[in-house]
Amino acid sequence: MKLPPFEYEAPTSLVEAAALLAKHSGEARILAGGQSLLPIMAYRLASPAMLVDIARIPDLRLIRVEEEGLHLGPLVRWCDVERSDEIARHQPLLKQAISHVAHYQVRNRGTVGGSLALADPAAEMPCIAVTCGATLSLYSGSGTRKIAAEDFILGELETELRPDEIIVDIHFPKWPAKRFWGFKEFAKRRGDFALAGVAVYFDQDDAGLVTDCAIGVLGAGTCTTRLREVEQRLIGSRLDSRCVAEAGKLARSKIEPSDDIHASAEYRKALVGTLLERALSSALNSSAGGRAQ
Amino acid sequence: MNIEITLNGTAVEADVEPRTTLADCLRHVLRKTGTHLACEHGVCGACTVIVNGEAMRSCLMLAVQASSASITTVEGLGQGSELSPLQASFKKHNALQCGFCTPGMLTTAHALLSTEPDADEDRIREVISGNLCRCTGYVPIIEAILDAKAAYQNGESASS
Amino acid sequence: MKLRNSLVGSAIERVEDYRFLRGEGTFVDDLDLPHQLYATILRSNVAHGRLINIDVSQALALRGVHAVITAKDIPGEVPVIPMRLQPLEEVKPFRQPVIAYEKVRYVGEPIAVVVAESAAIAEDALDLVKVEIEELPVVADYIVSESDKSLLFEPTGTNLAKRFVAKKGNVDEIFTTADYVRREKLSVQRHTALPMELRGLLAIWNEEKETLKVHGAGKVLFFNRRAIASMMNLPESAVELHENDIGGGFGARGEFYPEDFLIPFASRFTGRPVKWNEDRREHLTAMNHAREMYADMEIACSKDGTILGIRGRVDVDCGAYARSNGLTPPRNVAQFTSGPYRIQNIEIEVFARVTNKTPCGTYRAPGRFEGSYFCERLMEIAARELGLDPVEMRRKNLIPEHEMPYPLATMQHIDPYTNTECDSGDYRITFDRCLEEFNWKEKVKLNGRLIDGRYHGVSVGCFIEGGAAGPRETARIALLEDGNIGVFVGSSALGQGLETVLSQIAADELDMPFEKIRLFHGSTTYVSEGFGSYHSRSTVVGGSAIVVTAKAFRAALRDAAAKRFGCVPSDVELVQDTLVGPRGQQLRAYDLAGEGISVEESFANTKHTYSYGAHCVHVAVDPGTGHVEVIDYVAVEDVGRIINPLTLHGQVIGAIVQGLGSAFMEHLKYDERGQLLVGSLADYVIPSADDFPRIRGVSLETHPCPNNPLGAKGAGEGGIIAVGGVAANAVSAALRSLEVDVLSLPMTPPAIWELIEAKRTAIAANT
Repeated sequence: MKLPPFEYEAPTSLVEAAALLAKHSGEARILAGGQSLLPIMAYRLASPAMLVDIARIPDLRLIRVEEEGLHLGPLVRWCDVERSDEIARHQPLLKQAISHVAHYQVRNRGTVGGSLALADPAAEMPCIAVTCGATLSLYSGSGTRKIAAEDFILGELETELRPDEIIVDIHFPKWPAKRFWGFKEFAKRRGDFALAGVAVYFDQDDAGLVTDCAIGVLGAGTCTTRLREVEQRLIGSRLDSRCVAEAGKLARSKIEPSDDIHASAEYRKALVGTLLERALSSALNSSAGGRAQ
Repeated sequence: MNIEITLNGTAVEADVEPRTTLADCLRHVLRKTGTHLACEHGVCGACTVIVNGEAMRSCLMLAVQASSASITTVEGLGQGSELSPLQASFKKHNALQCGFCTPGMLTTAHALLSTEPDADEDRIREVISGNLCRCTGYVPIIEAILDAKAAYQNGESASS
Repeated sequence: MKLRNSLVGSAIERVEDYRFLRGEGTFVDDLDLPHQLYATILRSNVAHGRLINIDVSQALALRGVHAVITAKDIPGEVPVIPMRLQPLEEVKPFRQPVIAYEKVRYVGEPIAVVVAESAAIAEDALDLVKVEIEELPVVADYIVSESDKSLLFEPTGTNLAKRFVAKKGNVDEIFTTADYVRREKLSVQRHTALPMELRGLLAIWNEEKETLKVHGAGKVLFFNRRAIASMMNLPESAVELHENDIGGGFGARGEFYPEDFLIPFASRFTGRPVKWNEDRREHLTAMNHAREMYADMEIACSKDGTILGIRGRVDVDCGAYARSNGLTPPRNVAQFTSGPYRIQNIEIEVFARVTNKTPCGTYRAPGRFEGSYFCERLMEIAARELGLDPVEMRRKNLIPEHEMPYPLATMQHIDPYTNTECDSGDYRITFDRCLEEFNWKEKVKLNGRLIDGRYHGVSVGCFIEGGAAGPRETARIALLEDGNIGVFVGSSALGQGLETVLSQIAADELDMPFEKIRLFHGSTTYVSEGFGSYHSRSTVVGGSAIVVTAKAFRAALRDAAAKRFGCVPSDVELVQDTLVGPRGQQLRAYDLAGEGISVEESFANTKHTYSYGAHCVHVAVDPGTGHVEVIDYVAVEDVGRIINPLTLHGQVIGAIVQGLGSAFMEHLKYDERGQLLVGSLADYVIPSADDFPRIRGVSLETHPCPNNPLGAKGAGEGGIIAVGGVAANAVSAALRSLEVDVLSLPMTPPAIWELIEAKRTAIAANT
């Protein structure tokens, strides 16, 4: 499966990169790690006339902890997430979710920006970005705009990214030290695309009642979504086993997956409920502070 | 386009199209056919090479992306005409049958043990799960890699 | 002091390994010739239709394209792929033309060959070939096929390519009088061998000499050479086939495919060497599929569990054509479903039907994996319903040693193995040993229990592996110029360690040092005749050919020495590699190099060998996800004589993991329009290192085969045979409390979940 023909440029600045995208209006695509884009091109499902390789642009691979939260550059790779102490402390949910991404070799090249730009419904990065309320910064020749991850992801492989835009920053809000969190996904083999996955975090007050909660689902619809009704159900409750079971049941009724060659819609619904229950249980059963693994 | 890489310790040049993958460049331009293609869509791992010390799927890289990199392929793992400790361990444990996935297994294991010489069986299995084999059933491959750890812990097998 | 070789039986590390470990193997895509062109195949994306028009003009206009070949470029009639096995008259109309010309009958069928300066340009040109196809109703499965409403081959009037029947005893009587009769519908899914190396060919036509050389052959070189020569109107002597290193075969590689004609033809057509390399997406529609079978079968037992008979029918979805060995699996499932069990009354009818899908062929233990699954599931259900211990059920029904040789069912048509019999063995030894290694006594206590949220199950199953198909194999042994001993065989190396194993045999039989042996295989130039590697025959038949040839070679050495010593050959003693004359003259065998000493002999084999054994498995089922973990898997088999325990063990483990992939993961799904829904290795899921970590095997050699000089039995396929049945039985045992019975493979997580859910819904509806 040889690649279709294309032109290749490797600019050394964002200005240059944006100009190339603008010049080729819709016919040029950003090349980051290439771990999703190249297979798509090998199958000739996409044949961009030009690839703009942003690997040589400096400072796109930074991980920064600021007052307002954690910032990731678009070229941060999965292996960087794995090894980063900052991410372990300031976005442990991301770290755990990313441990499910692909395999060793792909993890040395695949990037957070690339995954967000693709918006595969079964991918972990979009799910965590949406669940945790991340904000993306999109750069183009006309400036930088910010957009919430939830607004950025429109549907299956569909985003708000305009043809002349580049993701330059992903900002995760500050993560409270005492937060509980859990991530469970189920795939046929380790590293395969998930049949479904659930990301959850919650905070508790001194009485042990849930004060804040977010639940994100991947792989069970056209794109990653938050289960807001289930979140509302949990807020103000004590998370005992009965509550967990109810959450699972409610979750099953709130998603609308379709049948595909891997699984039926019924299976995915049931799976999401099961994974939510297991994610909540593992979050609860971890030591204080919610450092669930 | 002209690219320059250091291949198995030697500086080489290649003239490639942008669409030429690193795998095809290694195999058919630089004539190092030890790196194999078994899927060309990044699932099987047979094409794994080591780029600047990190294992990567060469079918998911353009040759032009590898310009000025230092690359090690399976041909660069041995020591002269001797088998490296990792290669000898594969032979001892019958960790190959048809030999087609073997180069990818070796480069992956070498990259792993070079950076994590204390990797336990679970970690080895986790990493090798990205390399498909149809002949051996993997049991002897894991055994061979475990048996080769000592050489990396002793510093016998420095990564290039 | 005389030290006899005893390499046979030793765990010799493989000689092949050195080059593979250094990345110095030569697989066909590693070959590049300076003036070669590259071919790609345009394949049908319609499952059934009439080919109306092919417009190649745009493709030809693309810079770098040299030719676009279609059926009309082939002079005379379009050749058809011959049947290598079961070459039956009635099957002839169902054979595949090497390129589509009137109709297309499956997605993936070759329509045109593009030849260009590079593989990338050839692929670019594919989109530019415009094909007009008038779609016809799709025969999407065996049920539609059976109705004969839409025919793939109109002149035949049917979609039934062949009906096979295997019979023994008198089923009708036994089924009316038996204490217990149980009928069930069971199915195995369509899947495929999926070797890691894709197919490839490099064809070199020599215009001046009118000769053809083809690289990339395998498995059955001599048959394929005969076929290509005939199709291209060449004498066989003008065609050479060469085998390179091969990345796995498993029964699928090496059979005659359309490309085996098209690429040589393209070379002659363009006057340049032509190289073709399959890609993985193409492979999923182009390489033989396998195993899609639907059984409706009954078992009859007395109430103590003695099996009295089995009868039933099996519908086999053979895909669009009967291709080279496509009828072998249907034929085999009829004869081998009874496995290692003493079943005196059998009648199994098998319908080999064509459908608009990729043609099928053999995949490791063809028809045997499927038959074992059907038989083991029926036995397990019978044991449960009769209230019997499944272990005792099997033990009492295993063919006893005193009944060896034991005849299997007779095929109701003539082929070399219409009648076949299990040759030798005590099946209870491997059975009991397996239970012991597995620790059945302890593990069975977990059966059906829910522990930490998962249901546990165990099961045991038994198998026989038929091997060593005839008719014969040839070996040539020659003293080479450099003093080494060349051993030339017609067998093919597909990754099974052939070079090492046959070298061990040669070194032992010649009583010469292992290091002096040079094993040559995989070229039609090496021996005058060969049959190849399939049906687990290379070690037995190829090895036995070496045994007889070695005797002749040692005699030839004594003849040559006698001339030098001036005496008669009977006065010459050959002690290992030293020849000694009557007056004490001495000569090393290697000193006779240059005299052209070369002998060629054959070993003919008319009787199958039967390895046999048992497998045990312990599984845990997660009802929330449907995932099954294989906690422990133990295999014990007896192969008559172990030539190399290292390579044998490797084959067994590899076969078991393939079998677990078949049982739990792999599935080539089609939709009702005949479109293959699986297009990549992300969708066609085979086991990875993480999936089945705990597999153990023990090999025994208690009962040598009486029918060949080595005493060996073919052993390359046995590891896969029992896996489907054993795995399905363990999962069913685990889910006993939910009353779930596995009937169809594969047992993917969603499939298991759905079985559980269906029962839960049914119970809820009834309460």
